[in-house]
Formats: sequence, structure tokens, C-alpha cells
Amino acid sequence: MHPAFSVIFLTTLLGAGQGLFLALFTGQLYASIKLIEPQGAEFYTVGSALALLLLIAGLGASFFHLGRPERAWRAASKWRTSWLSREVIVLPMMMAVVFFYGLLHFLGLTQPWFVAGDGTLPIDATMLLGFLGVLVAFALFVCTGMIYASVKFLEEWHSPYTIANFTFLGLASGFMLAAAYSAYLGNHLVGFYGTWAVAFTLLALGTRTASLLRNATLKHKSTLQTAIGIRHNKIVQKSQGFTAGSFNTREFFHHQSPELLRMVRIAFLVLVFPIPLLLIAVSYVLESPTLPIAAFLIQYLGLVAERWYFFAEAQHPQNLYYQSIA
Amino acid sequence: MTQLALVIDLNVCVGCHACVTSCKQWNTSGWAGPMVDENPYGPDPTGTFFNRVQTFEVGSYPNTETVHFPKSCLHCEEPPCVPVCPTGASYKREDNGVVLVDYDKCIGCKYCSWACPYGVRELDEQQQVMKKCTLCIDRITDQSLPERERKPACVLACPTSARLYGDVHDPDSEVSVAIRERGGYALMPEWGTKPANHYLPRQKTRMHISEDELQRADNPLTKEDITVYTGEETLDDVTW
Repeated sequence: MHPAFSVIFLTTLLGAGQGLFLALFTGQLYASIKLIEPQGAEFYTVGSALALLLLIAGLGASFFHLGRPERAWRAASKWRTSWLSREVIVLPMMMAVVFFYGLLHFLGLTQPWFVAGDGTLPIDATMLLGFLGVLVAFALFVCTGMIYASVKFLEEWHSPYTIANFTFLGLASGFMLAAAYSAYLGNHLVGFYGTWAVAFTLLALGTRTASLLRNATLKHKSTLQTAIGIRHNKIVQKSQGFTAGSFNTREFFHHQSPELLRMVRIAFLVLVFPIPLLLIAVSYVLESPTLPIAAFLIQYLGLVAERWYFFAEAQHPQNLYYQSIA
Repeated sequence: MTQLALVIDLNVCVGCHACVTSCKQWNTSGWAGPMVDENPYGPDPTGTFFNRVQTFEVGSYPNTETVHFPKSCLHCEEPPCVPVCPTGASYKREDNGVVLVDYDKCIGCKYCSWACPYGVRELDEQQQVMKKCTLCIDRITDQSLPERERKPACVLACPTSARLYGDVHDPDSEVSVAIRERGGYALMPEWGTKPANHYLPRQKTRMHISEDELQRADNPLTKEDITVYTGEETLDDVTW
């Protein structure tokens, strides 16, 4: 497939935004049962604003993918059958939850309504909104992943690994961003968020490697024989019917050399996994305020390369019809 | 239920592209607006087409044959492009099974083109909406046209009658009989899309001549010619 930067930024920015929100709420949950140092309202307000900004930027990037963006509102109508439509509904829900989560913290509406779990877990409005946000965030990960995983013709994507990768990579970058945010503020949560980020990065390494291995030995269902229905071992296309380009030759192929693809794969495997892990480990030892920020930025850059490769790797069966110009 | 479709006879298609140009002409002049050509006289032209004729070579020289392969939307009975559309712009008509795009609802997200294994949907470069073969819906449903002209432009244009058109759900229609009796097949059956359009395979017309048909096995001259000649007059010299 042709890797479109609109979709690359959409999926990576949304992942980081959802991950950051989940990180903030995880922090609040731990702080409320006094496992980590509690943070002031400002921490959650600015953090939520940052997460919301990422979600808005992702949404903005998605508009560049549309031919007729002024009609985008129509995309909410077919949620019964289309995962894209479901994402279009869940994304504004996610943005609303993050907005009100930040707003409630900003207004200081954090007086507990009641105390759950033997008087250890005080439940306030932000906590309830946070739990709702967790559901919405995971629903959004599933919707985004299923947009790709549900297309059975793109066999590289048609696997549960796609959803796992979108989820774990999003969580990793979000928690990494939370660690960077904490390091920037200079609070004591860098280790907490850093540990979660390392855990999610390792999980993502597992599922991403598994999907790479799966795709390396993937045998495609469609062949030139089934495409034109002629039973012969040797069929060569002599003409695709036109000498210039068309939508078919642009949309479904990356037009890059196999060497470049291999280099991008190596690049993302290095940038997403070992380097951020190393930087977080070093920052933990040195108590550096800048290394976690570098870790997030490098991992995000790696994720852009990862998503580019994700698209470029997928081979659409329609390409069987466009093997030779004339 | 009616399912209109094309049946394309690869045995007689000569690859003349008349269906391509007639399709472009009819559909670029219709109510839905032009099928845009960008940069038509420049070095890198591109444009929207609903129908293409491709050419394949089967086998190795000298045992090769050329197959001309017209390719357009197959109007699947289980169209995978329809459920993925987020706006409902892509739909399959209830009354005749034609898969269509509502150009006023399409947002140009291209998701349906990803969900079509045959690559028959194209984004129009200027209108920025997805376009595809309509089976000339404005023509086949136009009651003001005489009955014989209520057919897709490509079918009317084909000089060798390689394109048959009709209802594949009616067992007695021309297309159903052709599929049934001449080995009509669907493309990429592995995906379960159940394409309504079918293709008729190439068929070789061969004469079978055995050795004893070329040489009379019971030729009395051959049988009785036991004379060994050594330069003298033969029977031929005498009779001729």
C-alpha cells in the first residue's frame, strides 16, 4: 500500500494521546491509594491539555486523507458495519472525556463522593470520568486497529497482531510521553511512568516482532492464476491497458526499493525499542530531566517509520493486475 | 431477485479497447459529471476509467497464447466494498444488484478501494469522490430508450459480441445459459465475494486427424505392390 502521511500521523498521534491520558489516570489511581506521590491539579490539567492537543492534531491529520473533508460528518452514519465509522464516533468521545477530565481537575472538583474498597479508594468525579476514559481509549485502539485488521484482502494486516501493535505501541508512546512530561516538571513520577513505558515497549516488541515473523512467511491467497482465472504456471502480463499512471498504480504500491523498505524496518526496530529503553534506563540512573524527553521524541520518530513500514509492507491483491505497463 | 451482470467471452475478445473508449465517452458525458483527465496531453497523463482491457501472455514461446482481459467492476453479490463505507455512499441496489456510489455522500476516504481485491474503484482527481462502473445505470434503467439500447455502452460497442449482458439470477437468460454451458467462471473465488460478472474461458477448436486417416490403411496398391523394381519399366510408367 502507499503510505500516506495523513494516516501515519493520525494513528501515531492518536495512540500517543490515548496513551498519555491512560498514563495520567493510572498516575491518579496510584496516587489516590497512596502508592505514589500525589500531584496537584495543574499536573492533570496540563497533561490532559497535551493529550487533547495530540488527539486534535491526529484528527486534523486525518482530514488531509479525505477527498471531501467538508462532508466528514457523514462518516458517523454506518457504525453498524464500518470500523472507520465506529472510529469516527469514538474519537470525539475520547476527546470529550479528556477535555472534561482536564476541566474537572482545573476546577478542582476532586472532593470524593464516596469511598470504595474498605475506605481506601476515594471516588470523585474525575475518577469516574477516568474509568469511562479507560473504556473509551481501549475502544478507540480497537476501532483504529480493526480498520486495518478487518480488510481481509490485505493479509499482512488481517491478524489480531494489528490491534495488539496499535494498542501496545500507543500505550508505550503515551507512557513515555508521561515520563518525559514528569521529567520536564521535575517531579518524582519519572521512574513510575518510565517503568510502565518500558513494560509496554517490551510488550509491543513482542507483538510487533511476531507480526513481522508472520508476514515474512505469509503465502498470499490470490495469484495471477486466480486473478484472471487461467490455469497455467507461466502467465506474464504484457499490458495493463494504459501507459501512464492511474489511481490503481498510485494508491496500492509504495514505489520504493526493497532496500529502502529493509532500511526502514531496521530503523524503526532500533528507534522504537532499544534506544528509548536505554535512554530511560540511563535517565533513571542519572536522574536526567532531558533524557526521557529524548526517549519519547526518538520513539515517536521510530513510530512514524513503523507506521510507514506497516503500510508499505501490505501487498494488495489488485497489484496482480498492474505488473507491466506495456 | 434480479442481478444484472456482464459475461465476458475471452474466446472472442480481440483487445480492441472499443469497450474502454465507449465506456469513457458515455460516462464522461452523463448527469454525474465528467470522468476527469488530468494533464491529458502532458508527459504524465492520468484519468478516471471504469473499464480497462489488459493483455496477458500464457505459456512459453513458441507455445504461447495472448489473452485480452477486459476488467471492470464485477458487481459482487457479497460486495466487500459496501459494508466498509463509513457514510453509506457505497451501496448495492436492491432491485437489480448493481453496486453504485452516491457521489453526493462520498467523502473520498478511499477505504472502499482498499476493500476491493479487484482494484476497480478509482478516486476522481478533481471531484475527489470514488468512482466505478455503474453498468451504465442511467442507460439500462432509461425507459425512454428502445429496448435494444437499454444495455451498457461497452456491450453495445463490442464488435465481436464478447460482452454479454443480462440477469444472472434468471436461469434462462442468455448470460446464465452462457455461464452454465460454456464454463463461465468468477475471478478470485478464494475471497467469497461472489462476483456477478463472469468470464468465459478460451476454447480451442481442434481437428483430430489420426494417422490412418491420412494414409489409407487398406490401399490395395500399397498392399499388393510386392514387385521389387531394378530399373525396368514400372506400372506407373505404363499407365501415365
